[in-house]
Amino acid sequence: MSSAEVTVIETPAWPDTYGSDAKPRVGFFTDTSICIGCKACEVACKEWNGVPATSYEFTGHSYDNTGDLGADTWRHVAFVEQRLPVGGVAEGAPDSFVAEAHRQEVLERSGIEAERDGEGMRWLMASDVCKHCTHAACLEVCPTGSLFRTEFGTVVVQQDICNGCGYCVPACPFGVLDRRDGDGRVWKCTLCYDRLGDELEPACAKACPTKSIQFGEHDELRARAQERVERLRADGLAEARLYGEDPGDGVGGAGAFFLLLDEPEVYGLPPDPVDTTRDLGEMWKAAGLAAGAIAAGVLASFAGGSR
Amino acid sequence: MTVRDKLMSLPLARQLTVDRRGLGRAAKSKGSESFVPRIRDAEMAQSICPYCAVGCGQRVYHRDGEVIQIEGDPDSPISRGRLCPKGAASEQLVNSPLREHRIKYRRPYATEWEDLSLDEAMDMLADRVIAARENGWEHDMEMDGGRAKLNRTLGFAHLGGATLDNEENYLIKKLFTALGAIQIENQARI
Amino acid sequence: MPSLGTSFGRGGATDFQQDLQNSDCIVIQGSNMAENHPVGFQWVMEAKERGAKLIHVDPRFTRTSAMADLHVPIRAGSDIAFLGGIVNYILENERDFREYVIPYTNAATIVNEDFADTEDLDGLFSGWDSEHGVYDPSTWQYEGMTAKSAAGSRAQGGRSGGGEQSHGAHGAGLSSGQPPSRDPTLEHPRCVYQVLKRHYSRYTPEMVERICGVPREQLIEVAEALCANSGRERTSAFAYAVGWTQHTVGVQYIRTAAIIQLLLGNIGRTGGGILALRGHASIQGSTDIPTLFNLLPGYLPMPDAEAHQTLDDYIEEHRPPAGFWGHTRSYTVSLLKAWFGDAATEENDFCFEHLPRLTGDHSHYATSFEMRDGKVDGYFVMGQNPVVGTANSKLHRLALAELKWMVIRDFSENETAAFWYDSPEIESGERSPETIGTEVFFMPAAAHVEKDGAFTNTQRLLQWHDKAVEPKGDCRSELWFTYHLGRRIREKLAGSEDPKDRPVLDLTWDYPTEGAHGDPDAEAVLKEISGYRLSDGGAVSGYTELTDDGSTACGCWIYSGSYADEVNQAARKKPGQEQNWLALEWAWAWPMNRRILYNRASADPEGRPWSERKKFVWWDEGEGRWTGYDVPDFVATKRPDYVPPEGAEAEEALRGDDPFIMQADGVGWLYVPAGLQDGPLPTHYEPQESPLPNPLYGQQVNPTRQEFPRPENAYNPVDGQPGAGSFPYVMTTYRLTEHHTAGGMSRTVPFLSELQPEMFCEVSPELAAERGLEHGGWATVVTMRQAIEARVMVTERIAPQTIDGQRIHTVGLPYHWGGKGVVKGDSANELLSIVLDPNVHIGEYKAATCDIRPGRRPRGQARLELVDSYRAQAVEGSGPE
Repeated sequence: MSSAEVTVIETPAWPDTYGSDAKPRVGFFTDTSICIGCKACEVACKEWNGVPATSYEFTGHSYDNTGDLGADTWRHVAFVEQRLPVGGVAEGAPDSFVAEAHRQEVLERSGIEAERDGEGMRWLMASDVCKHCTHAACLEVCPTGSLFRTEFGTVVVQQDICNGCGYCVPACPFGVLDRRDGDGRVWKCTLCYDRLGDELEPACAKACPTKSIQFGEHDELRARAQERVERLRADGLAEARLYGEDPGDGVGGAGAFFLLLDEPEVYGLPPDPVDTTRDLGEMWKAAGLAAGAIAAGVLASFAGGSR
Repeated sequence: MTVRDKLMSLPLARQLTVDRRGLGRAAKSKGSESFVPRIRDAEMAQSICPYCAVGCGQRVYHRDGEVIQIEGDPDSPISRGRLCPKGAASEQLVNSPLREHRIKYRRPYATEWEDLSLDEAMDMLADRVIAARENGWEHDMEMDGGRAKLNRTLGFAHLGGATLDNEENYLIKKLFTALGAIQIENQARI
Repeated sequence: MPSLGTSFGRGGATDFQQDLQNSDCIVIQGSNMAENHPVGFQWVMEAKERGAKLIHVDPRFTRTSAMADLHVPIRAGSDIAFLGGIVNYILENERDFREYVIPYTNAATIVNEDFADTEDLDGLFSGWDSEHGVYDPSTWQYEGMTAKSAAGSRAQGGRSGGGEQSHGAHGAGLSSGQPPSRDPTLEHPRCVYQVLKRHYSRYTPEMVERICGVPREQLIEVAEALCANSGRERTSAFAYAVGWTQHTVGVQYIRTAAIIQLLLGNIGRTGGGILALRGHASIQGSTDIPTLFNLLPGYLPMPDAEAHQTLDDYIEEHRPPAGFWGHTRSYTVSLLKAWFGDAATEENDFCFEHLPRLTGDHSHYATSFEMRDGKVDGYFVMGQNPVVGTANSKLHRLALAELKWMVIRDFSENETAAFWYDSPEIESGERSPETIGTEVFFMPAAAHVEKDGAFTNTQRLLQWHDKAVEPKGDCRSELWFTYHLGRRIREKLAGSEDPKDRPVLDLTWDYPTEGAHGDPDAEAVLKEISGYRLSDGGAVSGYTELTDDGSTACGCWIYSGSYADEVNQAARKKPGQEQNWLALEWAWAWPMNRRILYNRASADPEGRPWSERKKFVWWDEGEGRWTGYDVPDFVATKRPDYVPPEGAEAEEALRGDDPFIMQADGVGWLYVPAGLQDGPLPTHYEPQESPLPNPLYGQQVNPTRQEFPRPENAYNPVDGQPGAGSFPYVMTTYRLTEHHTAGGMSRTVPFLSELQPEMFCEVSPELAAERGLEHGGWATVVTMRQAIEARVMVTERIAPQTIDGQRIHTVGLPYHWGGKGVVKGDSANELLSIVLDPNVHIGEYKAATCDIRPGRRPRGQARLELVDSYRAQAVEGSGPE
């Protein structure tokens, strides 16, 4: 798909429930190919959002000691150590073929064997976050209206409403939603909802030293992601792929999507996430219509529409 | 307010009109309506990160004498608003639960800390510096049959500086050198 | 850094971080930039995006390696061999940038015929004095020149460090300007180029493989990448950090990179240079305005007792015949005027006698041993945590226990403040609070947001930070503390007739104060640092305005101009997005706001850019001046074809094509004829503690390294000594992104503590199998100094190497932990010994030997017994149980 074909992906409650108050849908494009695993995102998130530090244990999972996304970790950097065959040499530089030819000549002249067949290292790092799904099961199952779709198309838990029932927890195909110990309520990434209102970038994206985490308007980010993955593939990274970007996937595409260099499972991401309420959606639609019919007797028709 | 306006302000009514399933605008709570960034209307000082020597720009937001947020300064041509985890944790460094705000004093051979006023501590230290300086004073030494001036003391030493400001290091070097101390060192040596 | 100083003229990074984006090839070695300077690393990533090749040479595969096109695993402590291999490759294949090398370096200069190389003397240079363990450097000089005798005699008399380091810092060792003997054909057997070629001729790819464990083809790949990305059209950069400095030959590590960069023509040019990555907010600043025993501000040396009884003696030695150090008298007199004000007059040598004199090494470690011996009464520790942050923790604790008093100023109570009741010696029963007589003052410090002032960052940039809030309670800035301590001392001594009180009473100490706490005005201090005229009190424009007649005052001549036009130049905050990539109006860089040093070299001898692509500073014939993107690091109106007239002095004695304006001969030094303790050329020596013999020379270790052979600083036995087999592994220490140095600013911060909560060691699967170490379990690491415990991280990121048929394993140890803070753990520095580079007295923390065994360390007395069992083997000669 070329960038020109990227279009705005609407969600069940955005933009139409906001009418003219709707803002452009925003999200994250996390390009893990340039993540240096510094965890600035984790800290910036915690500091801005007042998320407590809770765990002080060495996990042994490479340099990851926070484990997973949860009520107290809204950004989480995964570290994956891999052995893999060494690829070609002298890639990248515009004159690499010249340099490579010269190198080979030198190797020959000095009687040195060409680079040994062997294995190299790869250390994948990736900052995970709530996906702010287009079809968000958490939102669908929330009985209190705590979870809602914002005017930015993001999905937020409202702490003044959440009663900690936990219905959303198993509904999330990514295991993002989680109740906080000692508090009981569910906490997760708000995509810095308060900051968005003042046109401030979310804390994680702002801090990210290499701009592995990019914040922006969703359609624009998708176009950028497609260009990036195409470029990496052209540079020989055949395994580069986008994850969560496709509106045809099980959650209708994610508001926060990723560029990965390996299978999603390698990073601890589900390969084929599905909106657990997808079939329920039709039922809700029917119920909604029924409610609308009852209300119509009181108020004149303000036909809006869930989609 | 008309009757209709009142009805419209009720969540149920809004739901029934534009957000029948309560997933979007109708579900927005009072808390969300008033959820504004805490740095809105706060005072801001431009600063520099205190950790490594990259020298990232920081914006320090404060209100009523309290630092409430520190984040990257997008104006810095070096950091362009970005910070590493340490820089991003600067607010917690400043407001750390472990931070001490009072002097702790330990007498020789004591087993506990005790309190001491700042004024008293400064006075005691002035006396101690003068005494240590005297005790370790070296006026001159023998050289080629004559005397070479030393004008120095080995009575007290100093370590520190790489996390301090230039102006602070300048006063430290100036004062201690004028007192004759030479064992003035910092992290650069380490 | 004297390495950069001797090579180029100034002890600072030659480049700036943003300029890395213009590099075509970046070699990061002795640095883990992505982890320790993550935000600066964005400029490396920018270069990569533009197609630059990124190479990381490091014993471990780190987060930097993960981003690199090539990771070269190198044995810790062998970098000179690797870099020397690159020098050899360049010279063997004649890949040097000859049009740059001949006019801009000392390649053509002929060396004294008495000079003998390490190739001739099996690892020693000529002039070795085995009795005193020092070199007489006189034979290292250029032909037709004599080394200054004072430097030689002082080197013999003991390591005062003052002269050497500052000589090193500006190449003042020449006794006259232009060297008399040059051979621009580079064929003379004693020209520097040929000397260099012979010196490195045995640093072949095969030898590099034997020493470093680096496959020979990887060396060639790196060398070729550098050569292919240097020259007129392309430039390559080096970035290093303490992975290079913290060795017994640390200065020479950096020197080797300087040689490569000079040969390839990468100094003074955009996308080139050597970027020293410093680890603390103002570590560059604390060297420029030195809280260092051997220096005065601006790299002026502290006076030496024997050599400098008068100002004339001092100037005579430190003023070279050419280059900007020719104004040493102006810089010195202006400093004395800044400090001693009206008391400093022409008649009294401007109070030069007020300065204390050096007689030897008074650096941190030497002082710690003095302390241990009860010779020091008082100690100020400001923002430091030596019992965690410096080698041989126990030695430091034992030393602190001998003090009469200690002041420790920090944010929270750290391990140094608590040494008297919370330490391994208290736990083992060796010490108890009741036996420690040290009076301790813990004084809470103000944070950066609670005071005004400037940090000097890694690229020589003075950046001002504004006070946001008042410090709470007793928290005060060091500016407040030092000023008021000085004020009280002066009040107590007022009226004294004692001559020793004269200097402190003569001190200019009348800074305006402000605010509720009476904070001195930091801007007033900056103005004094930058300099002012005594006639009208007005700020000077820069160091060229300083005089030697007492009419100007300047606290640090290299910072002169930072308050030009009565404006705090360091506080300039014009947004970067409103400027070009150099951002000359953001803050202020020394010297004179120049961002790339020696940028005259970005143009050819005639003053034309080497290429359109690398255009930076050039001669504008129409305007009759140097112009370009940066502030020219040159006399702006000096023509490229300028030839000094007879009798010219200082900068006027340098030619129009001499880009290295601090050097007495105006060129970059491939070969250092004077100024370094351990030789004119970098030579591979093994670390003090190494599992291998030196394959290159009979001389195993840097012969001039500074040792402290005392029981509390015992060295691990090495090859051939009894007990050597007890310490079969290499150990190396380092930092992690998530923490900061000794932990005082990170283990006190919960958000950082949870990211790396526990001390761990990194070992390869092979070593884990060999020693029965379990991933996630515990290990005990032992040296002659101490035993510590760490969680085990088994990882292929730290690969063993086969060197001369011997399998070499490395144990990786981050060093952030201690007994205080949100998270606690043993300190890696407990394990290290104190053994130092002779030029800068920096310790060898990056390469040592150790043993590692499974399980937690014994507690209390049993811990001592474990270490003692190893010590016993060093005498008896068999391995421990």
